[in-house]
Amino acid sequence: MSWIETIRTGLEAIVTHRLRSALTILGILIGIAAVILTVGFGEGAQAQVAGEVSALGSNLLIVTPGSTTSTTGVRGGFGTASTLTMANATALSSKTVAPDIKAVAPTTTSSEELTYSTTNWTSSVVGTNPDWLSVRNETLAEGRFIVDSDVTNHAAVVVLGSETAEELFGIRDPIGDTVNVGTAPMTVIGVLNSVGSSSTTDEDDQAIVPITTAADRLVGGTSRNTVSQILLEATSQGTLSAAYQEADYELLALHNITNPTAADFTITSQVQLADTANSVNKTLTIFLGGVAGISLLVGGIGVMNIMLVSVTERVREIGLRKALGATPRIIRRQFLAEASFLGLVGGVLGVGLGLIGAAVIPHLVSNPIAISAAATIGSIVVAVGIGIVAGVYPASRAARLAPIDALRSE
Amino acid sequence: MTTPRDLDDTQPVRISDTGTYPAVRTPVIQLDDVTKTYKTGAVEVEALRGVSATIEESEYVAIMGPSGSGKSTLMHILGCLDVPTSGTYRLAGEDVSTMSEYQLAQVRNRRIGFVFQQFNLLPSLNASRNVELPLAYAGVDRAERHERALAALTRVGLADRVRHRPGELSGGQQQRVAVARALVTDPALILADEPTGNLDSVSAEEMLELFAELHRSGRSIVLITHESEVADAAERTIRIRDGNIQDAEPVSAGTAR
Repeated sequence: MSWIETIRTGLEAIVTHRLRSALTILGILIGIAAVILTVGFGEGAQAQVAGEVSALGSNLLIVTPGSTTSTTGVRGGFGTASTLTMANATALSSKTVAPDIKAVAPTTTSSEELTYSTTNWTSSVVGTNPDWLSVRNETLAEGRFIVDSDVTNHAAVVVLGSETAEELFGIRDPIGDTVNVGTAPMTVIGVLNSVGSSSTTDEDDQAIVPITTAADRLVGGTSRNTVSQILLEATSQGTLSAAYQEADYELLALHNITNPTAADFTITSQVQLADTANSVNKTLTIFLGGVAGISLLVGGIGVMNIMLVSVTERVREIGLRKALGATPRIIRRQFLAEASFLGLVGGVLGVGLGLIGAAVIPHLVSNPIAISAAATIGSIVVAVGIGIVAGVYPASRAARLAPIDALRSE
Repeated sequence: MTTPRDLDDTQPVRISDTGTYPAVRTPVIQLDDVTKTYKTGAVEVEALRGVSATIEESEYVAIMGPSGSGKSTLMHILGCLDVPTSGTYRLAGEDVSTMSEYQLAQVRNRRIGFVFQQFNLLPSLNASRNVELPLAYAGVDRAERHERALAALTRVGLADRVRHRPGELSGGQQQRVAVARALVTDPALILADEPTGNLDSVSAEEMLELFAELHRSGRSIVLITHESEVADAAERTIRIRDGNIQDAEPVSAGTAR
């Protein structure tokens, strides 16, 4: 008896017992859909993190003051002052010191109240230099960005994020108007394009001023010559680690630190940022995937259960088939074909449900769901595999039935 | 037994193996001191206590006995559904006593056509597909299977019921489908176990006429029954009681129609 005949026989048996087959398939279906969605949820979250991190800038390295050590937590500078200075940033922008660093943007950050006319709005004010625009991958919607002369002249100018501009000015054009940043009046010279908000900070709600202006008017005190971060852009993806080495070496030298483990600054790459964020997502995905996997296992046990019931119920049919010349091998194949087909249909329908869920759920909750072809094909293969594994025992029981015992039973 | 190649279930059955016999005819059935003992826990039940019998080709034999006489056990052994505890059983010259389950399946498929009291048709398949079933297990291709099933159904007078499912047929018609299924592989032996047991008297009469007709066309038929009227339709009756054959006298030729 050919495989085609065997499979056909198996299919007929499935069609004959419609309700039972449907319920069995449902078990597999739910399991597969759950696995597809949880894996898709995990991949979607990782893709989102990757998107956010790359939105920070391309080939970005972030130098932050202080460092975490294995014993004492954060090592800071004197008092609350940052260990990074304007001089450090200037040194790193030298092409002889760091040939693989393309742009350097030192930043200071403070939260200030912006006032225009009677409207006020609290926003994050970033003091930086012209390189910031390219380092952060931002673009201007209108007007111009800070130029070198603004920095040199400590100019009272400000570039607004798209949301900040909208909050303060509504639909009016803010260019040329004066905004009070804290107590300092500054002229709006440009507005940034929207980059969308990340899960942690709103990148569209900020105001950019020349770093020198920020030092004079906003930060003041001992923090005047220090910066809160230095953003570095490597010349390319390939030179990222070289740029890292150069910055690390130079800063250690400038800070007179001989032991690299005692560094009072930390250099973080985008990859590290993504890894940190993803490690949380991965844990969550593994946990949810495990729960989904258990439901798939239960579905598999369901298939085995149904196949065992099916064997018991069809003892007479099996006996007849044997009397008519079916060998144990053919009987075994018939039941295996049935079980694996239940798995296949459950898998395909489960993937279908998963895809529908992936299309609908992101509209209900904000989490994106990414479905990969590998996960889709993989889950169908797994479903068929579960069908086969669950079918082996019932099939061999059916094959071992003695034809007379089978025919005798009523 | 012929070559091991014959046992490969992917090979089509070559019925002609049994069709062309030399001048000396091989008996269809040769039982030599066959015993069968069942063990139910500690109790041993001797169902057959040394049965010897020979049934020639083209014979129409009834095996008769009351319930508990061992006739069902004998039928199972004749049908290769069970193997003897001791003794030898040759079916169309082949010793089947020592065959594996796999080989027995082949023998059942090629050499024996079963007709059961309960009809035993698969309710989900139409008449034609039911008749095709043994051919499917023999590896015959679809077109030929269909053709042969149609021929067999025509033979039993059901050419117009080919697409009907068992549920749409009367008891008599269902049993005819079962006979067509038994005929379709052109077996050496048709083994009928109480074939009229579930039929009304008119259908039973028609069924016995069908068997008589098959016998006239040269079929070997063994019919198991406990009713003497049914046994009378056969050429010869083998009576069995308490696991032993009591007598095996041929009935007068006149009663066989």
